Amino acid sequence: MTRQQLLILYLANSDLGSPAQAWSFYDGTGARTAMAGDSEAPPYPSALAAMQDGWRVIQLPALRPPQPGNEHMTSYLRFEVVLEKMISLPGAP
Amino acid sequence: MTIGAPAAQPAGDERRHLLPSAQVAHFVARGFLRLDGVVPHPLCAEALREIEADARPGAFAARRSERAKAEAGRPMDEVWATGGGLAAVMRLPAVRGMVQSLLGPGAIHDHHHAHVVEAGHRYSQPWHADAIIDPRTAFDIQLFFFFHDTPRAMGGTMILPGSHLRRVHESDIARYQNFLGQVATVCQAGTVLVCHHGLWHCGQPNSTGARRYMWKVRLNPAAAQRLTWNTADLTAPEVRELLTTPEPWHGNEGRLEIVNRLRLWRQLTGDDGFDADYWLTRLEMPRG
Repeated sequence: MTRQQLLILYLANSDLGSPAQAWSFYDGTGARTAMAGDSEAPPYPSALAAMQDGWRVIQLPALRPPQPGNEHMTSYLRFEVVLEKMISLPGAP
Repeated sequence: MTIGAPAAQPAGDERRHLLPSAQVAHFVARGFLRLDGVVPHPLCAEALREIEADARPGAFAARRSERAKAEAGRPMDEVWATGGGLAAVMRLPAVRGMVQSLLGPGAIHDHHHAHVVEAGHRYSQPWHADAIIDPRTAFDIQLFFFFHDTPRAMGGTMILPGSHLRRVHESDIARYQNFLGQVATVCQAGTVLVCHHGLWHCGQPNSTGARRYMWKVRLNPAAAQRLTWNTADLTAPEVRELLTTPEPWHGNEGRLEIVNRLRLWRQLTGDDGFDADYWLTRLEMPRG
């Protein structure tokens, strides 16, 4: 039996090797509860570094042109990369 | 350079407490100011007793009073005109000077609420911006008062500097957990954090054996916010330096944040030609 862990890294730009500036972790095994403000440094310096440690990229942010008139507006974090690991639970077949 | 007419300046003690331009530029750039030692300790104790007794229930209190209902939209000076404790806090010259500096004269009371985090509360509030998505350039302020010492184990409120100009709706941002540059408010009794209404924040867990209190007051401007502070240092180089310093989590959008700060500074000063590092001037050049 396996469970999914999600690591979400928010990068400086669309390059997967660019620095991670924000991060979230969601643990489908239930072993760890991550929450706002619980760490001061990202678990990996970039998405590429996470991939080299076995994380699989399952979603890349689409690059969309800004709406005319809103070229300078900022809102949500644009460069959100979603990564997963599948974890085998101890004792499971 | 076009400079708009300054707002009416207060007299006496309050005038001494007007913020300098550098502090207002810090607020414009980062979305908050922290002032330590503003509330004297005896008044902190009095305010805490009022909160614990629910003597001035706010807009979200279970025992919302008729007075609390009627407070919204009235001048701050009327709402807190008499009484000790919380009212006396709001009449402190340092508090009034700060409010005058950011909102101008006649600030309007929006609401107040005592945030309580029980001892041993293990979970963080998700990141959020208060109220609803707000497209205005004019801004409200929120005063976060800490009436007792707040060590990291107790929280306190975590803020994300430089998030205030982002257009987001409330807890849409709850998926995010950590940012480079996030700041937990760790402070001594008597500290006040004044925040732009759009600043992202979240209440942190409280692993101590004591309740944590944070009293929040939201205020609106009564008129256009224009040169409402102590402008003696308006042309200081520090102003441009503050406005052009990105936060560590801004990344590729740091330049856009600077442009939005510059536009807000123009609005606050009435100086339509203000710029830093040529960002706006370049865009405003006549083109053939």
